[in-house]
Amino acid sequence: MNRTASICAAVQVVVVVAGAPLLVGLMRQVRARLEGRAGAGISQPWRDLRKLLRRAPATPTGTGWAFRLAPLLLVGTSLVLAAVVPLLTTASPLNHTADLFAVVGLLALGTVTLALAALDTGTAFGGMGASREMTILALVEPTILVAVLALSARVGSTNLAEIVTTTLNDPLRVASPASLLAAAALLIVVVAETGRLPVDNPATHLELTMIHEAMILEYAGSDLALVELAASMRLTILLGLLTSLFLPWGIAGASLAALPLALAAFGVKVAILGIGLGAAEVFIAKLRLFRVPELLAGSFVLAVLAVASSFFLA
Amino acid sequence: MNVIGWALAGAGVLAGLGVLAAVVAPRRTRPAYVGAATAGIGVAGLVMGVAALSGQAFQARLPGLLPLAGVRIEVDPLGGWFLAVTGGVLAAAALYGIGYAGGGHGPSGRGVQAALPVFAISMLLVPAAASVSTLLVWWELMALTSLLLILAEHRGRPAVAQAGWWYAALTQVGFVAILLGLLLYAAHAGGDSFADLRAAHLSPALRGVVFVLVLAGFGAKAGLVPLHVWLPRAHAEAPSPVSAMLSAAMVNLGVYGVVRVGFDLLGGGSRWWWVLVLAFGAISALYGILQAAVAADVKRLLAYSTVENMGLVFLSLGAAGIFRAAGAPVLAGLALAAALLHVLNHAAFKALLFTAAGSVLRATGTRDLDALGGLRSRMPATTVLFAIGALCAAALPPGNGFVSEWLLLQSLVHALPAGGVVTAVAMPLAVAVVALTAGLAVATFVKALGVGFFARARSEAAGAAQESPPMMLAAMGVLAAVCAGLALAPAALGPALSRAVTAATRAPAGVVGGGVSLRLAGIASTLSPLLIAVAVVVATAGTAVLLRLAARRVTRRRSVALWACGAGPPTARMQYTAASFAQPLQRVFDDVLAPETDVDVTPYAESQYLVARVAYQARVSDRVEDALYVPVIAAARRLGRLGPVLANGSVHRYLAYGFFGVTGLLLVLAVTR
Repeated sequence: MNRTASICAAVQVVVVVAGAPLLVGLMRQVRARLEGRAGAGISQPWRDLRKLLRRAPATPTGTGWAFRLAPLLLVGTSLVLAAVVPLLTTASPLNHTADLFAVVGLLALGTVTLALAALDTGTAFGGMGASREMTILALVEPTILVAVLALSARVGSTNLAEIVTTTLNDPLRVASPASLLAAAALLIVVVAETGRLPVDNPATHLELTMIHEAMILEYAGSDLALVELAASMRLTILLGLLTSLFLPWGIAGASLAALPLALAAFGVKVAILGIGLGAAEVFIAKLRLFRVPELLAGSFVLAVLAVASSFFLA
Repeated sequence: MNVIGWALAGAGVLAGLGVLAAVVAPRRTRPAYVGAATAGIGVAGLVMGVAALSGQAFQARLPGLLPLAGVRIEVDPLGGWFLAVTGGVLAAAALYGIGYAGGGHGPSGRGVQAALPVFAISMLLVPAAASVSTLLVWWELMALTSLLLILAEHRGRPAVAQAGWWYAALTQVGFVAILLGLLLYAAHAGGDSFADLRAAHLSPALRGVVFVLVLAGFGAKAGLVPLHVWLPRAHAEAPSPVSAMLSAAMVNLGVYGVVRVGFDLLGGGSRWWWVLVLAFGAISALYGILQAAVAADVKRLLAYSTVENMGLVFLSLGAAGIFRAAGAPVLAGLALAAALLHVLNHAAFKALLFTAAGSVLRATGTRDLDALGGLRSRMPATTVLFAIGALCAAALPPGNGFVSEWLLLQSLVHALPAGGVVTAVAMPLAVAVVALTAGLAVATFVKALGVGFFARARSEAAGAAQESPPMMLAAMGVLAAVCAGLALAPAALGPALSRAVTAATRAPAGVVGGGVSLRLAGIASTLSPLLIAVAVVVATAGTAVLLRLAARRVTRRRSVALWACGAGPPTARMQYTAASFAQPLQRVFDDVLAPETDVDVTPYAESQYLVARVAYQARVSDRVEDALYVPVIAAARRLGRLGPVLANGSVHRYLAYGFFGVTGLLLVLAVTR
């Protein structure tokens, strides 16, 4: 049982690491096609990573351990998240280690290490990116936790596996107003956390609009590869978490037999979500930085409504 | 006499010796003797606390020590919890103070040094008091000695005297409120000991009045908004070891007072009390962290973060009271445990942060984040220690702040079925407040660490900083180890926490337990901070090893210049400062903070379109202070100016006052009789 669970968790980590760049490639390809370009193919991010991994990392003058350590810690927290979050299986051996709050905290820890590294460079770009990222992080937090409250109140636990299992046992709950509102709120949050349009533009290098890219400007070679890999892993994990919370069908328990089906279901769900996001990004522009709080306030209102409806309509 | 009694006696003796040493010893060795005595008092407090938490009890009555009522001492697990926290902070901060005093830093005057041991023992006696008069005497002794300590450096900076005024005024207002509340209570209870108060039957209205008065008084000490205005001044201006004691130990006693009177003596009370506590806690948490997020003075930032953390503690207390009134004792115990645990965690990381900030101040002579930077290479140990404190204060896993906030969130999240519409409305909002506070705390401490310690030095003083002496590093190392222990093995505190909660609520409760994982009573959620930390470390190290193996050909990191858009190397002045880092947040919360910016453009005389100089000034003042205190102070001033007009020295006028006074009195008597 425990060994099977460990294998399931290991498979989950491998799938996330291997699949994350493909997801990013898929989203870029969708975008390219919709914009009338041929696109580089969905495995282009992997080719980029391979190229970067072969090159020596750079240490800019005046940077210290915070700058060196951040890429490793970012990947480290992402790996832990990949093992903890129920993407393929609800039977991870780390199940009772971390709940939704811990997942949110680990995500924030990754962001913080990157922001500190950006400040460590002592450039205006680094400081700007860190400052903006921290502002968004602070404003995103209430939405996440209130949405967590809406989801966990009916289950009586914030443990992820319990929430997913309860939803599996009672599928009609997904269509409840609380669940739908929480899903909408969390979707906005995921977009903000992963630095997608309309909060941040992952394709830009224009100084006035950069957030994430400004923070990682000084990274090169294998360091940059790690940061890029971690960013795509976080995107995959967050989209996977959304599907697990709101469309959990196909997730395996502690049996290896169900794993292929779970893998296929996970791939299809995340790919559809990714294609949807990629397609939506074609039609929207980046918001001004100081309009972003309005968007996040909107998502917060949705989360509060989710809680209210879970109480009053229950 | 048991261990507690002996430790208490030992602390008393040490306090006497400390005062003696302060008076007798020569200036050079004075801080060492006094610091050793204070550290001894701290250790005695720790021993008392641990003994009380492991089940020992101690009671003593010294009728001769105070006129009329006598002194009553009783140490129970609730007091023990605060004794242990206070003792630990005192011991570490006093050791740090010995190192701090080397090389002529810090205050070494007779008066200040003599006040230190007295302050230490008065902080230990407050949670051990078992009657109203005893509590009030120690409380006032603590207030007076802490005022002396805050004023220690008043010759050097005028701001210290101002901080002293604010502290003196608000601490006395608080004292009067506690005095009124507890005397009212004791008068109706017919006795002054806590046992009498517990047994008393008061009308609900009177109990409400007592609670509100006591809440205001203790809240002033804990820095609840709007009574917090003294805190960022006093904690920033006091000598750094004293700042650590004030911010990590003294504020907790405000929490102790509310728990003791509200839960233990008054027995819980009505729901509206605790809604009030919750509301003020939420306001304090948000306002405190917002001010901290935009602060550029590192000690002021830490002081506002204390306001925030005390706000979170009061929020937990409010939630506990609401649950208790709604008939959910398990949840109430959980929320109360979260409050107590957060008191402990906050004490550990705030003592560490204030001592680390003190080391920076000692090494560079400045508290201004915008003049710091680059300390990572000059003061490596201090930087690592501050980083540990910042991780804990930002409530990120695997820090200790995360554990207590997790506990608090668990009690809030599972409250929906517990009570009617009030909980359904209040709890989501409370969760949102905790979340926003946590998010802003992350931004605040990223700023403090990233701007203050990383990148390049922004001033010559920061560039020439020297690492602190080993004594200071050792004291900070102990605090950091305590933080790590609390972060990784919180379940070990389960039995002690349950005893303290039981002592406060008078209802047996096993709240928190578990081995590696933290398990809660009545809630299925679990958390294992140790496993999370191990998993993160293993995953990070594994990534590093894999990277080495995968990129075998590339072994050397290249040293390159910073990207400067093709221009020359960027100077230290081009770095982001604390002000620029906080600017987006300041802009988002513009309506709350109301920052004042002043742009002064001076053109050349020849043409107004040629700008010679632009002066930019930005200031975020405390809005509560401006709105609430400035008018009161102005009114008091106006009233004061009336004095010379009324009493202008003319004897005729004084005679007339007397005449009209007496006739007025007679008239009133004639009419009313």
